[in-house]
Amino acid sequence: MILEAIQYGFIQKALIAGSLIALSCAFLGVFLVLRKFSMIGDGLAHVSFATVALALLLSMSPLLLSIPLVILSSFLILKLNEKANLHGDAAIGLVSSFSVAVGIVIASVAQGFNVDLFSYLFGSILVISDLDVYLSVALSIVVIGVIVFYYHDLFAITYDENYAKVSGMKVEFLNYLIAVMTSITVVLGIRVVGTMLVSSLIVFPAVTALQLSKSFRGAMTIAALTSVLCVIAGVFASFQFNLPTGGTIVILNAICFAGAFTIKLVTNQ
Amino acid sequence: MNSVLKVDSLNVSYGKYRVLENISFNIGKGDYVGIVGPNGSGKTTLVKALLGLIPFESGSIHFGNGVETSRHKIGYLPQIAITTDSLFPAKVSEIVEMGLLVQKKFPKILNRQDKERVEKILIELGIEDLKHQKIGQLSGGQQQRVLLARALVGNPEILILDEPTSALDPKIRADFYNMIEELNKKRKVTILLVSHDIGSIGQYTNKMLYLDHKLIFYGDYKDFCHSGDMTDYFGFETQHKMCWQHGVHSHSHAPLKTELTDLKLVGGDEQ
Repeated sequence: MILEAIQYGFIQKALIAGSLIALSCAFLGVFLVLRKFSMIGDGLAHVSFATVALALLLSMSPLLLSIPLVILSSFLILKLNEKANLHGDAAIGLVSSFSVAVGIVIASVAQGFNVDLFSYLFGSILVISDLDVYLSVALSIVVIGVIVFYYHDLFAITYDENYAKVSGMKVEFLNYLIAVMTSITVVLGIRVVGTMLVSSLIVFPAVTALQLSKSFRGAMTIAALTSVLCVIAGVFASFQFNLPTGGTIVILNAICFAGAFTIKLVTNQ
Repeated sequence: MNSVLKVDSLNVSYGKYRVLENISFNIGKGDYVGIVGPNGSGKTTLVKALLGLIPFESGSIHFGNGVETSRHKIGYLPQIAITTDSLFPAKVSEIVEMGLLVQKKFPKILNRQDKERVEKILIELGIEDLKHQKIGQLSGGQQQRVLLARALVGNPEILILDEPTSALDPKIRADFYNMIEELNKKRKVTILLVSHDIGSIGQYTNKMLYLDHKLIFYGDYKDFCHSGDMTDYFGFETQHKMCWQHGVHSHSHAPLKTELTDLKLVGGDEQ
């Protein structure tokens, strides 16, 4: 079955783009979950719903238009958090609900592209275009590279932000860097599992890893392996059993989490 | 005096509320200063201003001999509460290595000497057996030693401790204070220790900085105990209790009705 499936160009593209996007989501997810900012993925996914609707209305590439707009929204969330003294979850709630409202209004006014919008809601990695593959591969490599480059700094601000500040780290810059990386990753992730489920690509591998790992490096490794394996298995399973790819990937992630949680309970870590 | 920290006319406000007013003091190399005062007196605000975590309205803070030096020269030990997340996936060795890695430019890689320094500090603080353990699964006292190792591994000139023992039981608290005192004596590290527990830290520190939004007193315990101004400010009994813990008798020889019974009120956790 695997050998047969892998002959197809669309499966190869889905595996390459999906694996790299999964890797980005997993790495970022560990930082976001530990900083109690995991819902930013969900909020930015809602923003991407509006930006995709806008791109379809303007006949532009949804990825190309969404990335800058979602980055701006992530900055707005950080600013609301800092300046307006709103808690992170409230700031995310404001921006995401406003964006969904804008998306619904655009979709309603424009009409005619609801089928395309639906594919972005639930993901369609098996019908990903060549341009989207190139963009996904290039941007995922950038995100992974930045995370590897700033690994120690990101670890320090995740563990103890005040200590990082006292040590002279540019904490504000790093927070904005995480916001940019998260925005790019979320937009790429909507091709894999859709805006409805993209936050699960960020959260599930991270929380699975937290059940099992004693070390930070270990958590990053387990999250990365889980995430990539779930995407690969999800692509093959959806092809074989004619299931929606995005939903299959998320269900596999949920099974991995349940397994890790059970192992933790049994071994009483 | 070989000054390592000079604070001049420091004013800090939260909105319209002035928390610290016209604070000036000079800390010399090797001093062990207890920063004390009632709840809400501005102790933590002072520490945050020193660490650069909050902006100050006016005044100046200089590390070193009048020249502002890198904050890498400061070791910082926060309150224990931040490390209680048992799910946080970090080994003790990763936390201590962080103390060196934050000082490095890119590429942030530990060389052999760095690894030896980490090993040495783990041994010095008696936590070498814990280096592969997950930090969230250690006891409060062990976690605090790990954070102390992180603060010390970069060889700081000044160590700032913000109520480091507030979540620890009295026995572990006493061990911890003894360890800090030893570091001060052996390594000549300048120490600023914030505590609400004025009675017990008096046993360890050699200088006191008493805050109540303004600087009420800064100097040696002996001077505090012999100061008539402080007798007027605190009242004789309170001053006497503070001094008794430090082993210095206050200047007044007025008769005391109760001594040991009342002392328990000052160092509430002392046993």
